[in-house]
Amino acid sequence: MLLAQSSSLVTMEIDGLIMSGLIFVPALFAVLLLLIPKGKDEAMRWLTLTGTVVTFILSLMLFVDFLNMHQYHQAREADSFLGARADAAMRAAAANEPAQSRDLICRIPWIDRFGIEYFLGVDGLSMSLILLTTLLAVLSFIVSWKIEKAVRGYCMLYLLLQTGILGTFLALDFFLFYIFWELMLLPMYFLIGIWGGARREYAAIKFFLYTLLGSILILIALLVFYFTDLKPLQSHFQAELEAAKAGGDAALIAAAQREVDTFAGLRAVREGKEKINTFDLVILAKAGQAAAKAEADHRRATNAHTAKPTPETQAALEKAAKNRERLADILPPRLQVICFVLLFIGFAIKVPMFPFHTWLPDAHVEAPTPISMILAGILLKLGGYGILRICYPVCPWGGYELAWLVGLFGVISIVYGAFAAMAQTDFKKLVAYSSVSHMGYVIMGIAIWMAPENARYWAWGMNGAVYQMLAHGVTSAGMFFMVGVIYDRAHHRDLNRFGGLANAMPVYSGLAAIIFFGAMGLPGLCGFVGEVFTVLGTWSFTPPDMAWMGKVYAVLAAATVVLTAAYILWTVQRVFLGSNEAYMSFPDLDRRELFIAGVLVFLTVLLGVWPSLVFDWLEPCVTGLVRTLSALTP
Amino acid sequence: MNQHFLTGESVTQLTQSLGGSLAVFAPELVLAGGIVLLLLLRMLSAFNRLHLGYVALGIGAVALWLSWTQWQPFLMADNSVQQSAFGGMLVFDGLTAFIRLFLMAGLVLLVWLTLMTGIPDREDSADFYVLLLGAVVGMNLMASANHLLMVFISIEMASLPSYGLVGFLKGRRQSSEAALKYVVYGGAAAGVMLYGMSFLVGRCGSGYLPDVALSFQALLRDGGFDPLLLVSILMILIGLAFKLSAVPFHFWCPDVFEGAAAEVGAFLSVASKGAAVALTGRFCLTLVAGTPADPVANAELWNSASHYFGPALAFFAAVTATFGNLAAYTQTNLKRLLAYSTIAHAGILIMGIAALTADGLSAALLYLVVYLFGNFGAFAVVALLRNAYGTEDLADYSGMVRRAPFLTVAMAIFLLSLVGLPPLMGYVAKFEIFAELYQAGYNLNRPHLIYLLIVGLFNTVISLFYYVKVLKVMIIEPLPEGAAVQPIAPLANIYVGILAFVTAFGLRVWDPLMEHGAKRATAPMRFVAEQVPAAGPR
Repeated sequence: MLLAQSSSLVTMEIDGLIMSGLIFVPALFAVLLLLIPKGKDEAMRWLTLTGTVVTFILSLMLFVDFLNMHQYHQAREADSFLGARADAAMRAAAANEPAQSRDLICRIPWIDRFGIEYFLGVDGLSMSLILLTTLLAVLSFIVSWKIEKAVRGYCMLYLLLQTGILGTFLALDFFLFYIFWELMLLPMYFLIGIWGGARREYAAIKFFLYTLLGSILILIALLVFYFTDLKPLQSHFQAELEAAKAGGDAALIAAAQREVDTFAGLRAVREGKEKINTFDLVILAKAGQAAAKAEADHRRATNAHTAKPTPETQAALEKAAKNRERLADILPPRLQVICFVLLFIGFAIKVPMFPFHTWLPDAHVEAPTPISMILAGILLKLGGYGILRICYPVCPWGGYELAWLVGLFGVISIVYGAFAAMAQTDFKKLVAYSSVSHMGYVIMGIAIWMAPENARYWAWGMNGAVYQMLAHGVTSAGMFFMVGVIYDRAHHRDLNRFGGLANAMPVYSGLAAIIFFGAMGLPGLCGFVGEVFTVLGTWSFTPPDMAWMGKVYAVLAAATVVLTAAYILWTVQRVFLGSNEAYMSFPDLDRRELFIAGVLVFLTVLLGVWPSLVFDWLEPCVTGLVRTLSALTP
Repeated sequence: MNQHFLTGESVTQLTQSLGGSLAVFAPELVLAGGIVLLLLLRMLSAFNRLHLGYVALGIGAVALWLSWTQWQPFLMADNSVQQSAFGGMLVFDGLTAFIRLFLMAGLVLLVWLTLMTGIPDREDSADFYVLLLGAVVGMNLMASANHLLMVFISIEMASLPSYGLVGFLKGRRQSSEAALKYVVYGGAAAGVMLYGMSFLVGRCGSGYLPDVALSFQALLRDGGFDPLLLVSILMILIGLAFKLSAVPFHFWCPDVFEGAAAEVGAFLSVASKGAAVALTGRFCLTLVAGTPADPVANAELWNSASHYFGPALAFFAAVTATFGNLAAYTQTNLKRLLAYSTIAHAGILIMGIAALTADGLSAALLYLVVYLFGNFGAFAVVALLRNAYGTEDLADYSGMVRRAPFLTVAMAIFLLSLVGLPPLMGYVAKFEIFAELYQAGYNLNRPHLIYLLIVGLFNTVISLFYYVKVLKVMIIEPLPEGAAVQPIAPLANIYVGILAFVTAFGLRVWDPLMEHGAKRATAPMRFVAEQVPAAGPR
């Protein structure tokens, strides 16, 4: 690539520049906004729009690089995984080789005191969500054109919010992740609090407090992770290498050697620190998974030995016990369960999952339309992203032990959200509760831990969950936009007072119907793919001692589709059908609105009929995670 | 330095070491000379037209510069030298130098602020700055006191001018009432403390802190639990808790802050807390960890010694932070709200000391520095808005962002830094303290520190309530109809802007601030804390 050749001109590799640009270009534009003289609102809007469009273009550039990277690693898919690329980058840095532009990893030492790095990276999961973010940011800013109050402040906060979101998606250092995670809170608080509806102050502080409470739980886990001394992991990798050499399998030896070299490349190790502490999520995931594997091996060996004691099983058990003993101090199973719960609650508040969802209806109802779109379309996804990026990889044992419980909460969210949506008369509240229901599929699809022999079903579930996040990002943003359009004209959101809009606004009604059906999960539209994959995967979910559970979950989740259809169809009927003279004078969509609706409808259909457009590059990393995790099943 | 009876020999020693003692005492001497100068200038009618704040600013700047040069040896290298002065009454080490630098910086910032806000006016300026400089001398002594007698004297030296400062707005009843309350509480606390000291001196046979530490540890080695020791230590901690405005010895604080001018509030909340943290840290760590002269102190000793301090400090910390945050929520007067906020922050500071490790004290010192900027900024905004709009009631601040956008945004940065939201500086400081609590709790096997950590974390959430309440009023609520807009002086904006800039982007200097600053300051207390091995099973 042409861009790649110029990388020698700058100190940071080109991928690092693009990723940093994605994060900081919005913030830069926020600063530029200060230069525009007071009162020139239109200029401020255009500048902000330029900022979001530039960010969108940057994300497309990153996407191209990402596809190239996939192409490059075609021969060995495992090398394209985020962990493998991060490891390779670490080894290269340790060997003083130049960082590569193709690996889409950027790591620069930042705060020596805690070994914090400016560590960014991209894989299919974050890539898909980044594209969603930058696109929705452009679209909902066009919607924001109608904001008249304190335009400069609005634009600055909007851009800062985008910086926080993109930083969270890109950060691979837990500390950095946390900073960006918190950075989102404040802009969101003010965006709801200043530009929101009647009860905006209450909704804003509720959002703030809920999320900060979740952040505190995450912070505890962050401290626990950091102060885990990873020294035993070094000897563990060394022992694995010895074992591999004894086995004589060249591929295994090479893999074990890579692990040893990678760990030796860790900064704390190179500097000969007495204790090895890190915020590096890739390394922490290795620690958590090694500990979980040791525990699983030990359980398997114990079972084999109790079932039929022989000298061989005795030896195997002793070996497993020794292995477990060696790793006893790094994230032992009980600690993993605790940290899993802390992190999971922290992220589930954002998802939001029943029973931590109560902030959502308030925030949505009070937030202005564009902010609702961002909130539903992107911010909720951060919860799911955190669960997939931190919760499961670093604390797999918690995921294994609590699989049925997490799944249960997912199912409750699905059913509860649907019932609650049905009871609403406020259009926005209905959409808000439908979000709770739809995000429940995400939780359920992730939760269904299965052993390697059934891992492909779990892979369905998890892929479906990620796809559901994308689809929900499109449809929920679309639904909030559609509600916003009608609110601008009717100045109320009472479902029972609408009716007959299809006569007055045929284009609007048609497009809105497609988006609503997409959310409902109509085959051929985007919502269907995610739901069907998660439900199919859940059917095969058989936690130990409770084999029936998956079936129950799947049936409940599938049956909820009827409820969803009920409230969506009922809404369509109440809003669009019939006739109502009062609304006959409403103008149909103007050009700006038509553009936004058109893009969202296009995506709804496209993602529905051509899922492989996304799955082709998304699936490897998600399935890779499933494979890694399910191998840890005892 | 065991002998403290005046003999011919010791007199000779004292005279010989006087030069060295005076050299390290130079910043305080400058301040003392400044006090005399200010009083003299007041006599001369030629200077009647001069606002003496400029003179005080010059004096403060010289003292700041001297403190900076004295900090150099500690900045350059890990320096655990403890130089005793005035016959062991005072000690000069990293902690002294660090706190002195901190206090002088606070002094200069405060004098600058008072020059802009006009409290005091020209006529009163001599009295005000004399009291101010006097208080800073006392606080410096608190940071360097190495003898129980000196501890008491320095606390009194810091307190007496503070009483005067609080009552400085002579016309206001509230102000006088606050001063009286402060005097009564201060006197009572000092009395209790002195009583406790008499026990401790009686039990240990000396008032010289390193000697007290030696006898204290010898007593611990010999026998088990000593109730008299515990009582005496608790009584001394009560005196210190008063200076830290820790619950339940905080009652003076809200009244004093509401009654006194915001400038004085800023000074009391930051400077006197800084001195108290240094003194408490030195007292506790010297007794618990032993002294450099006594490297035999071991983990077991540390453990048994910490029983005398740990629970009390943890209790003070948890109760103070929680109470301060809860009480702040209902306040309608901004200064009173900030008073409760300083109480809450005192709780967090004590958490750093409660870890009873050098790193914990370092974290508390870093917190102080961050707090200096955040809290000074908040009080400065209150003072400037008071001057512009004549009110300190929260309700009158509604829509302030329309009247004073710059100050409001700066206020948002200060308050959110006080909450501890990343990436602001307050987060760094809180993270250091919480990380140290976790580390000490986990490595030294002290579960109560983990609970303390959880209390601290949830306090962060509680504190969000009232800080954001202020921001809500200032930013979200509409400006009342027909409200006038007063101009804010550009210089004042610059002043607040500097503080806000440091608070917002201080993360950049985290490494040097800690590694070359706060950690160097506690180097003399470090060695034992690091020897303590990971004890027992987890």
